[in-house]
Amino acid sequence: MRKLILKRVLFSFPLLLGITFITFLFIQIAPGDFLDTLRLNPQVSPQIIDLYKKKFHLDKPLIVQYFFWLKSILKLEWGYSFTYKAPVIKVISSRALNTLILSLSTIIFSWLVVFPLGILSVIYRKKFMDRVIGFFSYIWISFPTFLLAIFLLYLATFVKFLPLGGMRSLNFDQLTKWGKFFDLLRHLIIPTLVLSLGTVAYLVRILRANLLEILSSPFIKALGARGLSKRRILIHGIKNSLNPMITIFGYQLSGLLSGAALTEIICGWPGLGQVILEATRSQDLYLVMASILISGLLLIVGNLIADILLAWVDPRIRYERF
Amino acid sequence: MSVFKKLIKRKSAFFSLLILFSFYLAAIFAPFFSPCPYDEEDMDYLWAPPTKIHFFDFQRKIFFKPFIYAYKYKIDEYYQRHYYEDKSEIYPVKFFVRGFKYKILGIFECDIHLFGADKKIYIFGADNKGRDLFTRILYGARISLSIGLIASLISFSIGLIVGGVSGYFGGKLDNIIMRVVEMFMMIPSFYLLLALRASFPPNLSSTQIYFLIVIILSFIGWAQIARIIRGMALSLKERDYVYVAKALGVSDFKIIISHILPHTLSYALVAIVLSIPGYILAEAGLSLLGLGIQEPEASWGNLLSSALSIVKIRIYPWMMIPAIFILLTTVSFNLIGEALREILNPKENEGENFRDR
Repeated sequence: MRKLILKRVLFSFPLLLGITFITFLFIQIAPGDFLDTLRLNPQVSPQIIDLYKKKFHLDKPLIVQYFFWLKSILKLEWGYSFTYKAPVIKVISSRALNTLILSLSTIIFSWLVVFPLGILSVIYRKKFMDRVIGFFSYIWISFPTFLLAIFLLYLATFVKFLPLGGMRSLNFDQLTKWGKFFDLLRHLIIPTLVLSLGTVAYLVRILRANLLEILSSPFIKALGARGLSKRRILIHGIKNSLNPMITIFGYQLSGLLSGAALTEIICGWPGLGQVILEATRSQDLYLVMASILISGLLLIVGNLIADILLAWVDPRIRYERF
Repeated sequence: MSVFKKLIKRKSAFFSLLILFSFYLAAIFAPFFSPCPYDEEDMDYLWAPPTKIHFFDFQRKIFFKPFIYAYKYKIDEYYQRHYYEDKSEIYPVKFFVRGFKYKILGIFECDIHLFGADKKIYIFGADNKGRDLFTRILYGARISLSIGLIASLISFSIGLIVGGVSGYFGGKLDNIIMRVVEMFMMIPSFYLLLALRASFPPNLSSTQIYFLIVIILSFIGWAQIARIIRGMALSLKERDYVYVAKALGVSDFKIIISHILPHTLSYALVAIVLSIPGYILAEAGLSLLGLGIQEPEASWGNLLSSALSIVKIRIYPWMMIPAIFILLTTVSFNLIGEALREILNPKENEGENFRDR
């Protein structure tokens, strides 16, 4: 087990290097750089711009620039954002927290819903309930998220209770502690629904197919022959059909920071998505690099967690691989 | 051909094919179906609601004949226009009328349009510059529908070749290629899309942007296919006929092209069809954010960009119509892909093809 984790971590370093290098290349190949906004400002003299150029090594070749960035990252210096006029770490940390809130609420919601729906559709297989669940899961799987966001926001204009985008109400600061919490929840409803409906539909289908396959396997029949109750048998079946779900869970974890970008932008959720859009538009190098690095890290960690969970749940994998 | 017949027998796949066929037809002959040029602006019709087509006017004794009224507007105290129908005069809807000139398939000159009237006939309403949304959707279909096809074909050719080579040769080359593939798959595709788009100057011509988007999309998409094809090639190369070909002195390149890749095609077909919606949506997303196709050129994505403002879609709900077209297209492609997957059943075939010697 320890060996696998070590191997995974070691392998991830060249990957991260590659990802950051590609991104760096693309951002810096483009004509212009993040000092352009300063250049347009008549109050900033050319000398200062030259000074900045030296300071951020913009006068050196691309590869050298990249190594300078790498060096500063290793010292945990994330750099300065010119669009937000603040240190990158400050911009990212506040926004990343918002994105994290949204993603976590999505994960919690989708997993709370998936199991009841999946189990119901197995229990009532080929009956009305199953048909309804199957129909809706079919629709939601192929429903593009940003269209869903637009439709839901449009519907929300008819409902007073639902806010139209954003994360906080205008009077947020005057609210009590619980008021703040419920205000946040209210704002979470639409983006959470948008992000989770597709996943829920997909997961329900997988859970149903898996559970049905497991329930028709010999060991379940043996359990029935021993006289176990239907509920106990079902619990055994669910335990055994978890494997692919856990892989997806890891995938969800790895997309915590990057999976919601377009939805965030449409729903006006002040998360990382908007920051990255703004940053790439204005070629705010350090900001882009930092967000790519963080989401890449999260991806690796998410996959690792999924693997560990898989080994933990399924002894077959545990003995085979480690 | 039998695959096609089986496909048509399924109700969902049949309707999907029908929808896509009509969409592509409409895209190809867009000027014929559209009553006015796609970039014709009209200051009297800013945000005009869809033109109502009437069939009865009892005072003028018109029964069962389509006609429209002209729109007039009042401006209220918030400088908001309120359109109403001016019932003083009627304008019959005519079919196969002469209008602006265009070229069918870029060759034959023609000026006949499917329908038209002497006044503006905007069956889906108008946008912020008084342009016909219906016409713009038709022209947008040309871009949105073709981008998906071309990008998926390109990324598939790259993925097939890279995956085939990687799986066939194996060893160090395979290792290196797979690491690169993993790297591409790890970058969140939306960020990659943005970063790639950012690395080109923003003020390109619309044709340049079109090809740029195609290239960007295929650049992102090839990795996943390469990985799957590589897996198939890895086991295909252990088959008897490959050994025979090798013994006969057939070159490696030819073996890959004519003995390995053809066996992956049924999988590839399914995957191509299932991947097209992703490309269409990616283009729509880019254009939605203002990074893709620019005005006055239309694509389904940038037509939706005014739907990003909630106030606007509340007042002008017809601006969401492009979303319905995007939805229908993606769902149709998905349904056809699923049906194809069941018909060709690559999973079962895999088991058959890949059985050990």
